[in-house]
Amino acid sequence: MSIGCIYALVALGFVLIYKATEVVNFAQGELMMLGAFLAYTFISILGWNYWAGAAAAIFCMFFVGNFVDRIFLRPVLGQPQFSIVMVTIGFGYMARSAAGMVPGWGTETYAISTPFSSEGMSLVPESVGSLVISQTDLSVIIATIILCAVLYAFFTHTRLGVAMQASSQNQLAAYYMGIPVKAVFSMIWGISAAVAAAAGILLAPTTLIDTSMGFIGLKAFPAAVLGGFGSIPGAVVGGLIIGIIETLAGFYLPPGFKNVAAYVVLLVVLVVRPQGLFGQKTGKRV
Amino acid sequence: MSDAILKVRNIETYYGPIMAIRGISLDVRDGQIATVLGANGAGKTTILKTISGIMDPQKGIVEFDGQEIQKRDPDWVMRQGISHVPEGREVFPFLTVQDNLMMGAYTRKDRDAIAKDVELVHSYFPILKERAEQPAGQLSGGEQQMLSISRALMARPKLMLLDEPSLGLSPRLVKEIFTIIKRLNVEQGMTMLLVEQNANIALHTADFGYVLEVGRIVMEDTTDNLLQKEDIREFYLGIQDHGVRGKRRWKKRKTWR
Repeated sequence: MSIGCIYALVALGFVLIYKATEVVNFAQGELMMLGAFLAYTFISILGWNYWAGAAAAIFCMFFVGNFVDRIFLRPVLGQPQFSIVMVTIGFGYMARSAAGMVPGWGTETYAISTPFSSEGMSLVPESVGSLVISQTDLSVIIATIILCAVLYAFFTHTRLGVAMQASSQNQLAAYYMGIPVKAVFSMIWGISAAVAAAAGILLAPTTLIDTSMGFIGLKAFPAAVLGGFGSIPGAVVGGLIIGIIETLAGFYLPPGFKNVAAYVVLLVVLVVRPQGLFGQKTGKRV
Repeated sequence: MSDAILKVRNIETYYGPIMAIRGISLDVRDGQIATVLGANGAGKTTILKTISGIMDPQKGIVEFDGQEIQKRDPDWVMRQGISHVPEGREVFPFLTVQDNLMMGAYTRKDRDAIAKDVELVHSYFPILKERAEQPAGQLSGGEQQMLSISRALMARPKLMLLDEPSLGLSPRLVKEIFTIIKRLNVEQGMTMLLVEQNANIALHTADFGYVLEVGRIVMEDTTDNLLQKEDIREFYLGIQDHGVRGKRRWKKRKTWR
């Protein structure tokens, strides 16, 4: 369940960028890695408080996302989709090796000390039944819920949020309305990177931080497809489903199935229902 | 003309190697409706796109309100006071009608005035009030066109660019929409540049007309005069004069070529 939340958050980042800018960002996992490393720097190296460090990391990643869009993606705007995808993959590799070179980061595996213990606590009284969850996992789930709620409120109730929806639905018309589309895209990259950072920080206690943790982004991909690429609630639900399927597969199926389960689901979805669970079909009236 | 709010001088715009407009000049005067007529592919839409900054001209000047606006970003041009009603409506399909209107007012900060303008727009297009909470994608073509015009109005522009508002609408709806366009011009003093294939209705709505053929302006005059011209009557309005001999001349040429 909690790993599903992580997938959901990373998938959310994919979808935000894809929906608005029609770019599939293969560096989403690396953004998550960078976010986690920043948090590690603030908390473990500089010795800040956990919350302050996490907030600072998320904040910094917002600007990193912003800059990635401005520096790497704006020059290739209007080029074929393929080149843009290559740029994001290239950025992913760069980020991974750069993180390995930063003094204090390196290629080792690190842990962040969190205020959450990994001990189990029961959610319901013993008399009702046994439902045990570790504090770490609970923190992940709650944080995911809060993040989704905040994002939802932002996109439906603020002027900028609605403008972002507008730009994603019809770029040209958004331009005609005087919405600075390019700046809006950079903002979306920023938000998406911030969400990725949050995912990285939440993931840190479970899998520890290293430069290749970004590969989890590849698992978030099936989640996004399952939910219908381009649907935000779909990304969340898709992430949860993938997470649950993976855990169940690890439990009931022979070893090895756990890692391929997500991709099996991806294949099945593509064959049976290519538009995903929540895919939007758009028809245009002329 | 000194009182022209929009002056286009000699612009040339290309789609890759293809020259879509070949040196066009036109004026739109304050408080007037100017129209550009032309067939498919004459370059009508390209002119509007060049003015609003979606496309950049290779040569030439676009001057709006005493300021050169060519080769700028479209959102900047829009903030100078030019609203573009794009061809094929281009509403935001998953936003509600209300939100679509609010997007039109994106560049404005004065909440009270925006609320008043929503009222105003509703008074011109009552249907939009009824549909306020529906996603715009569910509206009919005519309603979407009304929404598109209203959305442009919400920016309180000094100049509106209208790209084929009649596209895909029934004759009755076309009439309705053009009546409202004329009313907006008269009652609100809205200056407009109207691009149309439907020459008949455009000439009856506008004050001044330009005729565009393959990227060149071949005729310009007041619409009253244009309506009298033989070529316009024959080739754009489809009115045939019966000659003295009782049948049409078999070799009729447009006189401007």
